[in-house]
Amino acid sequence: MNGKANRGGHGLQKQGLYQAKRGTSGDGTVPAFALSEKMKFLRELQDKQYELFFKKGKPLEKFFPLYEANDTFLYTPGDVTKGASHVRDGLDLKRMMMTVVSALGLCMLMAMYNTGYQAFLAIEGGAAPLDSWQSSLYLTMGWEFSTSSIIGCLLYGAFFYIPIYAVTLVAGGLFEALFAIVRRHEINEGFLVTSALFPLILAPTIPLWQVALGISFGVVVAKEMFGGVGMNFLNPALSARAFLFFAYPVQISGDKVWIAAQTSPDGYSGATLLALAAHGLEIVETGLTSGIYALQQSGFTWWDAFLGRIPGSMGETSTLFCLVGAAVLIVTRIGSWRTMAGCVVGSFVMILTLNAVGSDTNPIFDVPFYWHWVLGGFAFGTVFMATDPVTSAFTETGKLIYGFCIGVLGILIRVINPAYPEGWMLAILFMNMFAPLIDHFMIQANIRRRAARYAA
Amino acid sequence: MQMQEYINIFIKAVFIENMALAFFLGMCTFMACSKKVETAIGLGLAVIFVLGFTVPLNNLVYNGLLKEGALAWVPLLGPSLAGYDLSFLGFIVYIGTIAATVQLLEMLLDRFVPKLYVALGVFLPLITVNCAILGAVLFMVERDYSFTESVVFGLGNGVGWALAIVALAAIREKLAYSNIPDGLRGLGITFIVTGLMAIGFLAFSGIQL
Repeated sequence: MNGKANRGGHGLQKQGLYQAKRGTSGDGTVPAFALSEKMKFLRELQDKQYELFFKKGKPLEKFFPLYEANDTFLYTPGDVTKGASHVRDGLDLKRMMMTVVSALGLCMLMAMYNTGYQAFLAIEGGAAPLDSWQSSLYLTMGWEFSTSSIIGCLLYGAFFYIPIYAVTLVAGGLFEALFAIVRRHEINEGFLVTSALFPLILAPTIPLWQVALGISFGVVVAKEMFGGVGMNFLNPALSARAFLFFAYPVQISGDKVWIAAQTSPDGYSGATLLALAAHGLEIVETGLTSGIYALQQSGFTWWDAFLGRIPGSMGETSTLFCLVGAAVLIVTRIGSWRTMAGCVVGSFVMILTLNAVGSDTNPIFDVPFYWHWVLGGFAFGTVFMATDPVTSAFTETGKLIYGFCIGVLGILIRVINPAYPEGWMLAILFMNMFAPLIDHFMIQANIRRRAARYAA
Repeated sequence: MQMQEYINIFIKAVFIENMALAFFLGMCTFMACSKKVETAIGLGLAVIFVLGFTVPLNNLVYNGLLKEGALAWVPLLGPSLAGYDLSFLGFIVYIGTIAATVQLLEMLLDRFVPKLYVALGVFLPLITVNCAILGAVLFMVERDYSFTESVVFGLGNGVGWALAIVALAAIREKLAYSNIPDGLRGLGITFIVTGLMAIGFLAFSGIQL
């Protein structure tokens, strides 16, 4: 028993007094498995820190959450279940969140590559490079604006992506730590997921102060005010984006923000494919304005869109890598396949309906489903945002309904609402609000069913 | 084409110009009666009923009595009454109509659904002064809706308001498991939730119907 408790660090005890129990006590019991010499050194270092600074009554007592975050990052927490419920899985929240972050890895790489690639594509197409430190630094390092160099694209993109990510981590992390210290809860890896997701759904040219403002809103208002990870009802990354979206529409929508080069309507257009489709293009022979024709004439192929080499929010363009992420999430059972399937089916039904209805005035009506599925935030939102275990529906049938509604609404906003062709994320945020209601009805139905069964 | 028009008015009233989350009307009951989903559903239904009934009723009153030249239909006296514009009496007449409808609803609920009647308590008579109701009536007058349009508009507003309060109630039930800072417990966090929900409803804000 003792050996098991000794494995880990000093997880906050929910039932017991805060900081009352320590993982490794001085009673000399040997852990159930042997720690290598190096690991022992690390463990001892952690313990020493605890004894000297973070223990109750020591000078840094208030900053215990910071120590705890580090400790449980390195070691499995020593908490064991008390009371009636039984944990059936060794997976704890921290590992779970880290799995999501690693599933995002490829999307992050793509964010850097595609940001560079789109910028260079625009520059090769006649747009001027941005007059910014990124361009100067890139040229000073001896690189050229050329789409043929993968490393070049990655590097240039990294100059945009990394500052945004860093600001997200610092600004959001600051509030996260502040709340953890004042409110005495753990610093949770949930924030790492939020901060990994958030830059990926932003435009590369967004001002950094807006990034800081957005993530602060997301972390504080959408999450910490409700008590932190697991207690919020809106996805923090999505609320942060929606906040920026409505507060500063110029920097996060339109034609000028998606490409890190100076685009202009008459020169090299920086519109996303969805915006192009929403605007439509006239087919000369028939005189009809068509969304699908606009896509075909955009210079990007379906495969470009599938692989992610199209303008858009940094990390959401690549359907392929989102699929990889989806596979990871489904195999590890962290993301619900039901939610994803619901989204796909819902959007499929809605797109077919709209295709069948048709419209003379709205060109995007005629865009078929295989295009819809590779454009905008569809794949990214469906895989990483909709499946958020906290803000989606909890019940299994509820997840299907929840996903289905996202699919229907997302396509509706995309097609019907001329203001937001990039409205997929808004649909998810909207359904976040109704997830508790779906659960409520599912649970009521279940109670009724069981009552009927036992009454008979 | 007429049908299309009605559908547009309905969708606009439910989502785009939601009474609770776009205009923030009817907030007192919205905050106070949203602790439990069951109560919220009951109140939502009551509001749908009252709106669906009073908006067309007031439409008749407005078009038949108050509007300038509306009294022309009166036999014999018509021509001499046609010159009167009684719309300055609007507020008091509308409220009177609403109060009568709510009274009716109260008696019906008391007789047939006593459980809901008790659960809604004082908020049922208070629907009378729920600004969402009067707001919808005034919007109807301002936009000069026809009778059928006002039926659709009233029902749409009711459905939108009910949807919002039921969703809020479900969220609040879920918030029972949250660890909300002491100062924000209760109404404070409800206001924040309402604000966040309004951001969610903004998703529809650009739709032109």
